Amino acid sequence: MKLGSYIVKRSLLMLLVMFGVLAIVFAIVHVIPADPVGALLGGNAPPAVVDRIKTQLGLNKPLFDQFVDYLWGVVHGNLGTSLQSGRAVAQDIMEYFPVTLQLSVMAILISIFLGIFLGVFSAVYRNKWIDHFSRIFSILGVSMPVFWTGLILLLVFYYILGWLPGTGQLSLFVIPPDRITGMILFDSLITGNWAALWDGLRHIILPATVLGYSATASIARITRASMLDVLTQDYIRTAKAKGLSKSIVIYRHALKNALIPVVTVIGLTFGGLLEGAVLTETVFGLPGLGRYIVNALLVLDYPAIMGGTLFIALIYSLVNLGVDLIYATLDPRMRT
Amino acid sequence: MSKNLLEVKNLKVVFHTYRGTVHALDGISFDVKKNEKLGIIGETGCGKSVTSLAIMRLIDLPGEITNGEIIFDGKDIMKLSENLLNDIRGKDISMIFQEPLSSLNPVMKVGFQIGESISRVKKSSMKESRQDVLDALEVVGLDPKRVIDLYPHELSGGMAQRVMISMALSTNPKLMIADEPTSALDVTIQAQIIALLDDLVSKMRNTVILITHDLGVAAQFCDRILIMYAGNVVENAKTDELFENPLHPYTKGLLKAIPKIGNRGKLVGIPGNVPDLVNPPTGCRFHPRCPYAMEICKIEKPSLKMETSDHGVACHLYG
Amino acid sequence: MAVVLKEKISQFVEKRRPVFEDWKHTLYLWRRTKLATIGTVIVLIFVAIAIISPFIVPYNPLGQNMNQRLQPPSFQHFFGTDQFGRDIFSRVISGAMIEVEIILIVSVISGGIGLILGVLAGYFGKVVDEILMRATDMFLAFPGLILAMAFAAMLGPSLVNTIIAISLVGWTVFARLARAEAMRVKNQPYIEAVTALGASKKRIITFHVIPMCISPVLVQLTLRMGTVILTAASLGFLGLGVRPPLPEWGAMVSDGRSFLLDQWWISTFPGIAIAIVVLGFNLLGDGLRDIMDPRLRR
Repeated sequence: MKLGSYIVKRSLLMLLVMFGVLAIVFAIVHVIPADPVGALLGGNAPPAVVDRIKTQLGLNKPLFDQFVDYLWGVVHGNLGTSLQSGRAVAQDIMEYFPVTLQLSVMAILISIFLGIFLGVFSAVYRNKWIDHFSRIFSILGVSMPVFWTGLILLLVFYYILGWLPGTGQLSLFVIPPDRITGMILFDSLITGNWAALWDGLRHIILPATVLGYSATASIARITRASMLDVLTQDYIRTAKAKGLSKSIVIYRHALKNALIPVVTVIGLTFGGLLEGAVLTETVFGLPGLGRYIVNALLVLDYPAIMGGTLFIALIYSLVNLGVDLIYATLDPRMRT
Repeated sequence: MSKNLLEVKNLKVVFHTYRGTVHALDGISFDVKKNEKLGIIGETGCGKSVTSLAIMRLIDLPGEITNGEIIFDGKDIMKLSENLLNDIRGKDISMIFQEPLSSLNPVMKVGFQIGESISRVKKSSMKESRQDVLDALEVVGLDPKRVIDLYPHELSGGMAQRVMISMALSTNPKLMIADEPTSALDVTIQAQIIALLDDLVSKMRNTVILITHDLGVAAQFCDRILIMYAGNVVENAKTDELFENPLHPYTKGLLKAIPKIGNRGKLVGIPGNVPDLVNPPTGCRFHPRCPYAMEICKIEKPSLKMETSDHGVACHLYG
Repeated sequence: MAVVLKEKISQFVEKRRPVFEDWKHTLYLWRRTKLATIGTVIVLIFVAIAIISPFIVPYNPLGQNMNQRLQPPSFQHFFGTDQFGRDIFSRVISGAMIEVEIILIVSVISGGIGLILGVLAGYFGKVVDEILMRATDMFLAFPGLILAMAFAAMLGPSLVNTIIAISLVGWTVFARLARAEAMRVKNQPYIEAVTALGASKKRIITFHVIPMCISPVLVQLTLRMGTVILTAASLGFLGLGVRPPLPEWGAMVSDGRSFLLDQWWISTFPGIAIAIVVLGFNLLGDGLRDIMDPRLRR
């Protein structure tokens, strides 16, 4: 089918799905626990107090009404008020999401460079030590728990070696940049705050590498496989017969062809990044959306839970939709 | 200065596979004179392509050249470093392959790929070579302005092979190796391509090795023909001489198998199958299928002996 | 009597010869793939340790001993002790049992739910199928861990709830798989034949469709076991899953966080355990996938 109608169809589908997501999120928070407010206030709060707060928060209305209210709110951008911070959840999200975004982008960048590099070298020097190292590295990458890798690397690089700073986004003595986007590196760059930029980079490199580890592994694997496949192709034989040097054959003739399937894998790894971000932010003390949601879950701040989860589901769905659309533009067979 | 542009002496090539070691080339020797058009004929698997790749030193693991000298223009290629080899490849020796459409890089424009060869030789930039590329395309009968910016998948098989020829001849190589250039093309296109090659080569006076399984094509194009079977050269003669006076039983079988116009009798094949090169037959590799096989054929491999001054055959029938 | 028995056995074997040949070939391929073998060995050792754990623990995994707190690894305490004096080695070993429980029950529940829903959707098609597809879309709109976190938190952190939460998140994959397989099976000639013979839909589904769908689901279950462990450990680490004093590995890693600098062993060893076991499952899964690949089955 034509690309335009495919986009429309997928977008409508996504709206339906988001509605379902909303319903699920609502159900999780309101249906499962017996008493969200009671849990929040602690088991010994007097029933009168609990009741008063419940009415205040609109929790005594019938479930369906609550759902409609919430739906109405979401459509207007109102995700409720956090029971913890007292601020609008939407505001909380806007403050914390850029941190997660920055972390994810850095992670993807690192994993792309590292992954492609490892993959190409693995293929070219097949079965030599770098290939074995890279394959072990890859399979470990998808096996080791992110939070543990983070802790160990923190231990080694910060506590033991002291090469990199510890948790957090910036060191205490560094003046943070003015808040424009909420992404420290970007803001530092545009405001020319080089100290903050450098310090920020030093802080983010470890969590970004940890977060991107499994993505690096996936990308390295597919690059290797794709490169090996390309190197057996006839046109590589022609290039060699033309007398071109090895590096030209690899980087000019082989690589472009090999990267085509890699691009699609990069899109797929994004989902894993969101999950990993939750854990990485916790380990490295980064004030991102992941950590926000974890805290909200621990104290049962249910508007924050709903809002945060909803937002993440939205981002995740949008990215997946984007990836699918890219596939569809590249390959008409994908538009089923 | 020897008249031979290329001398191959006792070339042996093996491939290490999980089934065992494939003895692809069993010590072949032949010479190619300057400006000669040599044809190498044989069935699939006889080692003709391996020979051409060996000459270019393009045999990679799991394959290996285990023995032999390859003297090109007075220098032994077996002893050269990779750098020097790259100097020779594409410039002094060029090669074209069987499947032209998959032999061209799909993500690069045709003009770029031809220009790559030219600018290497002339040490010029791609932009400066543009006119040379256009000329090269014209010479092979393509519309230069249109084709130069096309991608390989936009070409037909015949056009793609013309591009390959253009790329190979653009550097005016001393030796051009054509590995089954027409096998993947339609019959009518085949004739065009061979005619094109003939025309260009006689003008530019290159030496050519044409590898094919098609006797008709070889008869048309080549001055001299080598017949290969199971990794050995079994006969080596001038074209006319070979067709008029074939000596080796395999050659005779091949010639008998060609359908002739007007002959409505049954087609005659050579009984048996191509041998397994992991465990090749002892002695002469053709003996299991040879109607004239003698006891000695099972034991001793016949070497290529010159019957007359210019007709070589490897067969115990002839001493 | 013995002769008759022997006859029957050889008839049985003869009839099923192709199946046995196939298994023999599979086993051969298995042993040729070194990595898959290593993975299998790791997994088998893991399960064995889990089963015999109550008998081989040197100390009570829940037993506190304040005299021995924060001891580094030694011959008495292979992995050292934590801040309550508990022996880490014993806790890691016992933790294996917890992980095995989690994997097994999650697999049964999510595999079961997925299989049944998928088969129903694939077999009945149309409306049922659409509903299932949209439902899986909705569940899949969340990154898996996040949804599991939400379920676990709302249900309350505990072992049972961890199992429930992960199952609720994981069924979608199996549902899609079973659905695809069911759709394929539905159109086979033998289904037509059985229907013509008067078999009820219930009978067809139970005896003909479901058995065909079990195999791919089983393969996928094994492939996902590593992920289940990682999810459970992540939940444990965040405090949303299995809580101390139960020796769940993820929770143990979290326990050791504040002591990371000086008593690195508290967090390190449980993490290594997770890594090795998940590695084993991944290698096994990779090997399994390679073997199933028709191109390699020569």
